[in-house]
Amino acid sequence: MSNYISTDSDWTFALLEEYDSEIARVAAHYRLDTYPNQIEVISAEQMMDAYSSVGMPIGYNHWSYGKQFLATQKGYQRGQMGLAYEIVINSNPCIAYLMEENTLPMQALVIAHACYGHNSFFKNNYLFRTWTDAGSIIDYLVFAKNYVRKCEERYGQDEVEQVLDACHALQNYGVDRYRRPKPISAAEERMRQEEREEIRQQQLNDLWRTLPTKKQNGDAAQKKRKFPSEPQENILYFIEKNAPLLQPWQRELVRIVRKISQYFYPQRQTQVMNEGWATFWHYTLLNHLYDEGKVNDGFMMEFLTSHTNVVYQPGFDSPYFSGINPYALGFNMFQDIKRICEDPTDEDREWFPDIAGKDWLDTLHFAMRDFKDESFIQQFLSPKLMRDFHLFSIYDDEAADHYRVDAIHNDSGFRRLRETLARQYDLSVREPNIQITNVDIEGDRSITLRHTQQDGMPLAGDTYEVLKHIHLLWGFDVHLESWDGDKMLKRMSCPSISVEL
Amino acid sequence: MSYIIDRRLNGKNKSMVNRQRFLRRYRGHIKDAVQDAVNRRSITDMDRGEQISIPTKNTHEPRIGHGQGGRQHRVYPGNKEFNTGDELEKPRGGGGGQGSGQASNQGEGEEDFTFAITREEFLNYLFDDLALPNMVKQSLARTKNFKTRRAGFVSEGTPNNLSVVKSMRNAHARRIGMGAGKRRKLKELEAALADAENRGDSGAVATLKADIADLQRRLKKIPFLDDIDLRYRNQVKVPMPTSKAVMFCLMDVSGSMTQDVKDMAKRFYLLLYLFLERNYEQIEIVFIRHHTSAKEVTEEEFFYSRETGGTIVSSALKLMNEIVKSRYDENEWNIYAAQASDGDNWDDDSPQCAEILRNELLPVVQYFSYIEITPHNHQALWEAYQQVGSEFKKNFAMAQIRGPEDIFPVFRELFSKEQYEEAI
Repeated sequence: MSNYISTDSDWTFALLEEYDSEIARVAAHYRLDTYPNQIEVISAEQMMDAYSSVGMPIGYNHWSYGKQFLATQKGYQRGQMGLAYEIVINSNPCIAYLMEENTLPMQALVIAHACYGHNSFFKNNYLFRTWTDAGSIIDYLVFAKNYVRKCEERYGQDEVEQVLDACHALQNYGVDRYRRPKPISAAEERMRQEEREEIRQQQLNDLWRTLPTKKQNGDAAQKKRKFPSEPQENILYFIEKNAPLLQPWQRELVRIVRKISQYFYPQRQTQVMNEGWATFWHYTLLNHLYDEGKVNDGFMMEFLTSHTNVVYQPGFDSPYFSGINPYALGFNMFQDIKRICEDPTDEDREWFPDIAGKDWLDTLHFAMRDFKDESFIQQFLSPKLMRDFHLFSIYDDEAADHYRVDAIHNDSGFRRLRETLARQYDLSVREPNIQITNVDIEGDRSITLRHTQQDGMPLAGDTYEVLKHIHLLWGFDVHLESWDGDKMLKRMSCPSISVEL
Repeated sequence: MSYIIDRRLNGKNKSMVNRQRFLRRYRGHIKDAVQDAVNRRSITDMDRGEQISIPTKNTHEPRIGHGQGGRQHRVYPGNKEFNTGDELEKPRGGGGGQGSGQASNQGEGEEDFTFAITREEFLNYLFDDLALPNMVKQSLARTKNFKTRRAGFVSEGTPNNLSVVKSMRNAHARRIGMGAGKRRKLKELEAALADAENRGDSGAVATLKADIADLQRRLKKIPFLDDIDLRYRNQVKVPMPTSKAVMFCLMDVSGSMTQDVKDMAKRFYLLLYLFLERNYEQIEIVFIRHHTSAKEVTEEEFFYSRETGGTIVSSALKLMNEIVKSRYDENEWNIYAAQASDGDNWDDDSPQCAEILRNELLPVVQYFSYIEITPHNHQALWEAYQQVGSEFKKNFAMAQIRGPEDIFPVFRELFSKEQYEEAI
């Protein structure tokens, strides 16, 4: 009498349930702590819809999502691109989409990967716990969608689109990196929204009020107020609170884009870890089922084929190369941590005295909970893995005629390599450092942003387009200065021309 | 704890709104692409969607990011032979980034953003350009032509189709039919009653009265209106009678007709073609171009080859007349003609044109439309045609055209005729 859950490759709802409960049992054995799962079976067309709303189950309407959809549709219909097997949403309950075309082993893989891997990561990683509130995100998205629709009805589609376009351009500058936010709650949002409008207006009036009285009062001219008193990195927040001409509803739109962008902020910083963790667990959980005799060889063959494709890392000179595959790097790092715990070599003992020989499951949970990509790589990338991946670092100086190989996978290069790779995942390095330094509140009300150049990297070509968007929101002149240390390199103004110094 | 939900039956067009938003935003680009397609395609080939491509720089959403240049360290996998300190040649013109000039060159080389619009969307953009009234747009864009016809009465139907008169008449007949025997009996009994009363037979009177009362009660029980009386107007959809049509496209190709003017004329022909396509199963198109002499040509030649020289319009009309006589029997074919010109004609020729139209062509054609594409004053041809127009109001139309939006009025009569037929 065989013990197999199934031997066929066609799935049914009963079988899905059975696999889910088996996987849940094994996941509990490995102490995976998850939100409840809501598994939704959808068709390929619906998957395209889900794709084009950047993974939000409900989104406000905007042309850019239509563009995304057309691109996805074209790619899919011409067979240039397959659809992902799953999409999973950081919410409580955790929503995971399964495509109906998948075979049963694929569905099992996806359930293990998304519903237990990603899900436990969402619930436990410190970034997600700090920055997102899984319980209220769906409500908030519904609130946002309705609010945008109402604005469109009242103020016209074009007006709303203009503001949203501008906000989207600044999406990545809508997060406080260092100050921790209060999680958003939809119920509260609705309740306090009107109240907020009023208060905002009052505060604004406070800020701009002294303008007409300046002439009468001679003292005011003496102590020129500095505003903002400290540089601000959260451009959208600053605009929402201080832009002189925005209507209350426009401020609310800025807030919506800011809040949603904040919700995705942790995901942008934990790609390697998140995918690595989910991949590690689908691999481990399904192997566990195999060891128990719950699934047969055919199942495992199909599963392993997909798994191998997912964690394939082509070399830099391969035509398939498109950067480091986060699935491959993450999966191998978690496997490697397990190896270091269970079966450390002398090298591992030297590099990882804290974890070599410790309980692997404790260590893995610790690594998942308290790190982001940058620190995770800095902390856990082992020399063995760098050798396995044949990593090397290239130094590219614009001024030089040649690239220089900076470090390779040898004793003298390991630390340098690891540091460089970690920096590659550091958001504050990946994105230019731009802060609001000054608003001329007593003069022409212009706003000045300061770009602190890192390693001589200039801003991208479409920066001026972004300035136009800032100008639209701010309503007065916008200046952007690029500084390298104490030297100003360039000053761009909108509206007007840019000056090379 | 998991819930498994089957969402496959939920709507799949969640992105429709966003798609529409996108189309709306890039309306200008799409319109241009449709224009191009109209100029490129054959006029018999308008009935399908189109691939639209928009330069990526227009659909690009700007973000702040690092540009090319500066000093960067990057980590790659798959090292084979490199050692620390090796120097590698920078690829020329590649991603190395040697100054901003090169970067912008690359930008131009980027692929366009392409996507497809459907047949309906394509026609919509096309019609927008031609300023068609909505009713006409609908009837042109419709896929199949059906006419709703009455087909007698049926006993089942929806309340809005109830025929009150017919139903009441049925009920009346039924009441007469069902009561006939009883009424006859009633009459007999009443006669017998009168007889019995005369005789003074009180016993018989009582029984007869009871019988009469019983009969009257039963007569009253016959329902005034019954379900079986109800009649509904029956409507059936019948396909429009289709038959054969031939469309003559006549155009002046003398030197004064520029490509722009021809492109505008093309829209004129194509509108007529689309109209015919809805109404006839089989359509043939004859292209006749002329300068001083006329010639039957292919579509390609018709629109894109150039001639020089003077203009004699009657040559084209004569040729058309010959072709009609030899190939298109007026009893078998519906004949339509569309003529475009810039108004130039040999002065003595114009009366001759009017003559041919009046005596030969207009009696046999369904509709003859003429457009004059010129910003200048009219010449003799226009006046001659106007004369003809006043005589043949039903099937002759003409207009002067400056832009594509002026084309439709030429066909107003034609389209309104169709609407009228549909309303029957």
